[in-house]
Amino acid sequence: MKTTVNKIIKKYKNDRYRLMDILLDIQEELGYIPEDLNQMIADELSISKVELDETISFYHFLTQKPLGEYTVYLNNSVTAGMMFREDVKKTFEEQSGVLFGNVSSDGLIGLFDTSCIGMSDQEPAAIINNVMFTNLTPFRVKEIVADMKEGKPVEEMHKQNFGGGKNSSDLIQAVVKNNIRRKGPVLWDPYEPGEGLRKSITMEPGDVIEEIKNSHLRGRGGAGFPTGLKWEFCNKSREKERYIFCNADEGEPGTFKDRVILTEMPKMVFEGMAIAGYAVGAKSGVVYIRYEYLYLRKYLENTLSELRKAKLLGRNIAGKNGFDFDIRIQYGAGAYICGEESALLESAEGKRGEPRDRPPFPVEKGFKGKPTIINNVETLAKVVKIIKKGSTWFTNLGTQESAGTKLLSISGDCRFPGVYEIEWGHSIYDILEMVGATDVQAVQVGGPSGILINPNQLPRKLGYEDLGTGGSLIIFHESRNLIREVVMNFTEFFIEESCGSCSTCRNTPFILKQKLEKILDGHGVVQDIDDLVEWSKNLKFSRCGLGHTAGNPIITSIQNFRHLYEKLVQRDRDYDTGFNLAESVKESCEASNRSTVV
Amino acid sequence: MSNKVKFVIDGKECQSDEGKYLVEAAKDNGVYIPTLCNYEGLKPKGSCRICTVKINGRLATACTSPVHEGMKIENYTAELNEVRKEIIELLFVSGNHFCPACEKSGNCELQALGYRYEMMAPRFPFAFPIREVDASYPRIIKEQNRCILCKRCMRGIKDEDGKSYFAYKNRGKDSLVVADRKLMSAMSPDKAKEAMEICPVGSILVREKGWDEPIGTRKYDNAPIGSEIENK
Amino acid sequence: MSKPVLATTSLAGCFGCHMSILDIDERILTLIELVEFNKSPINDIKTFTKQCDIGLIEGGCCNSENVHVLRDFRKHCNILVSLGECAIMGGLPAMRNGILIKECFHEAYLNGPSTTANTGHIIPNDPELPCLLDKVYPCQEIVRIDYYLPGCPPRADLIWETLVSLISGKPAELPYEVIKFD
Repeated sequence: MKTTVNKIIKKYKNDRYRLMDILLDIQEELGYIPEDLNQMIADELSISKVELDETISFYHFLTQKPLGEYTVYLNNSVTAGMMFREDVKKTFEEQSGVLFGNVSSDGLIGLFDTSCIGMSDQEPAAIINNVMFTNLTPFRVKEIVADMKEGKPVEEMHKQNFGGGKNSSDLIQAVVKNNIRRKGPVLWDPYEPGEGLRKSITMEPGDVIEEIKNSHLRGRGGAGFPTGLKWEFCNKSREKERYIFCNADEGEPGTFKDRVILTEMPKMVFEGMAIAGYAVGAKSGVVYIRYEYLYLRKYLENTLSELRKAKLLGRNIAGKNGFDFDIRIQYGAGAYICGEESALLESAEGKRGEPRDRPPFPVEKGFKGKPTIINNVETLAKVVKIIKKGSTWFTNLGTQESAGTKLLSISGDCRFPGVYEIEWGHSIYDILEMVGATDVQAVQVGGPSGILINPNQLPRKLGYEDLGTGGSLIIFHESRNLIREVVMNFTEFFIEESCGSCSTCRNTPFILKQKLEKILDGHGVVQDIDDLVEWSKNLKFSRCGLGHTAGNPIITSIQNFRHLYEKLVQRDRDYDTGFNLAESVKESCEASNRSTVV
Repeated sequence: MSNKVKFVIDGKECQSDEGKYLVEAAKDNGVYIPTLCNYEGLKPKGSCRICTVKINGRLATACTSPVHEGMKIENYTAELNEVRKEIIELLFVSGNHFCPACEKSGNCELQALGYRYEMMAPRFPFAFPIREVDASYPRIIKEQNRCILCKRCMRGIKDEDGKSYFAYKNRGKDSLVVADRKLMSAMSPDKAKEAMEICPVGSILVREKGWDEPIGTRKYDNAPIGSEIENK
Repeated sequence: MSKPVLATTSLAGCFGCHMSILDIDERILTLIELVEFNKSPINDIKTFTKQCDIGLIEGGCCNSENVHVLRDFRKHCNILVSLGECAIMGGLPAMRNGILIKECFHEAYLNGPSTTANTGHIIPNDPELPCLLDKVYPCQEIVRIDYYLPGCPPRADLIWETLVSLISGKPAELPYEVIKFD
């Protein structure tokens, strides 16, 4: 084991900055990172052991003990719950004889929960030994567990065809479906690799930035920062060593459009990075991609090789002397927060994914302290089309304030969940008609960090002037229990995914959850609803977007569905601590063997 | 030489060196901005959020924000103070802070902020988390019940190679600050003392050192934290 | 006009807060002029005989009896004041929170150093005894509390000023030194 680990560390030249790769490689080789080797790994990297522990213990998928020959990570996002996840979970437990959070005594099967894995349109889904399983049912789970007991390799457990498009290719072979429901004028226009890059090198780098600025393209990850401006800021730096990052860490529950782009048109994304590299004079790019998409690794690596062969990556690319640009792929290890750009950089430097204080911004001091552009997958793909067809073509799409198109990830209660490319400006009402949704009670726009809107708000329009979004829309039918099923699930998500650095986001969501439970248990009073709103306010004092929005599920549901809360609280009393005497003496009465009469 | 810049805090005209962190720049002008995770001489981390002010209308931590010409800063407003008080209460309920039994009582910055913000009882329910008292090191005791995860020890206590004695473990509400066994076994008495001093609460204690200051003579017994800045 | 009525009790506390009430020294003579005592260990009245204006609670709740007494105080007192760290945050007794009650019993009655006399290895369970709660609760997590006086014990001046203020309706003048958590 020691030699294996040593070899891996040597491969990365004992570089502390490559800790994520080192840990992921060790885990791939050994199944886990043996704790008794931590001191040795730390010594090799010239850090203290606790500094190593601090990184390992941060990431959901890194483990210091074996988690079973078959490790099941069953997604627990809200859409999974809506598609009968409970039944699937129960069947896994019954068939394997082990409860979630544990490994069976023979070490064969480990069952674990995990936050949204980007399969909201084909839930319930699970990752088993890095292989995706979608559309799970109790019947399928029985077959899968039986296969496990026979020792079958996971790859041979599938009974479905591989998914459409590139999912069936030799290098992916996943049952994942693309579910592309609507092709728009940007992404599914015919594309020839290199077409954008070759055109960009005929322009001055400054003109490329100008063109992107004129297109009014804004970040498609959700924050909506003007892309051209970001490039310009980076370009203004005195530092000449610069980096281009592609943020492929889409972790917002209900979002999966970047997965589809990376499956179907990774070359376009990588080309967008090269164009950014040309525009600001960066020589290296890094794709930071979530661990959940490990099943795309071979395919993406191969795509990079193909681009190198085609002289679209590497040295003197696209026929231009002196234009060097190459890309490497950096996998994460399970942390929603790493989608926040400065946390992403920390993680890419081999550390905990804790957001940085700003200023300075990444465009001033980013990866390894150098100016860094971080753009979303979809943003980078769009860059290629803008360069090819011109900024005017792009601004003619969409609305005055929101140029171009947007990819939506649609899931929940509708007939046709999947990916839709639409022009900005459609109302939510249009979208519901488009996807076949009726009797809608609520729509979550922009994932848990976004807002929960009610039927009166369906005329609201998608666009930066109204509902700017990363594109996740989760639809809830009128039969759903919004507070219990949805708000609770989202709040738990934020508890699970807080990095723990800020006092506010580390503590407040948990307190809000307790309050929510009190209301759901029938002990709530009107004051509790107001407390939820008041107590969420300190989250705005957090460092990053996760903290700022961690109270949104509660705040926006109270704003738009206050009547549901009011139905749950007691009308005849204005104070109730929720204390239950009979419950609270149970333990001591049992321990002293007496009846629980109080 | 650095440039002087002018800025305004709550209507008061101030002056300081361009780029100096706001907490320090305010201090130069006799304005106290409450802090907890900040420690002079250490790179600021902005983890406690108590120093949050409004700079030109936007929330920002004063410990990490450099001052620039013309900044308009809101500091001592009802809105900001209320959230600061909330944060203090959050820290109290999320750990097990029994002041009467704490060696640091009277010299504790969290307690002192509780006094300054007149926390009579936290509005939140107590979590009563299960935390250990880690007394397994030769020089110090790490009292996890009292740790507020401010990262001061992590940033400040390092060996000659720059390795940290302390680091985070886990994430979110399960986060802990833990000590490195190997480094701890060789920790010098001076380093231990430094660690205890850098800890704003009673979470890092030098072994065999108890209460040695009578009540009434301790740092925050008679005057609120920050008054040393305001009364200068 | 009749005098305001005051009641006090000590739940899971050490009576230190009551000692601090006595620490108001000669002002206690004034206090007797100002208020009438009802249920309180100070005069040993065991049960409420009338509705009271102010109730002072020392200690948190560690067992079922504490809960009954506290609820009784809430019912009989117009204003409830939590007195001291234990009432406000559980205090020292709450250091058992997080330890299984079974373990506490075993330590106290079976395995601890002072258990040698318990030759029958009995964990007391007479129906007359109150039942322990799963944890020690601060009073505000059981009933509504109107005011909090922190300290271990709260300083005598803090208690005095608060009482005078509640009785007279004048705002309390509380210097920095009197509000302490230890």
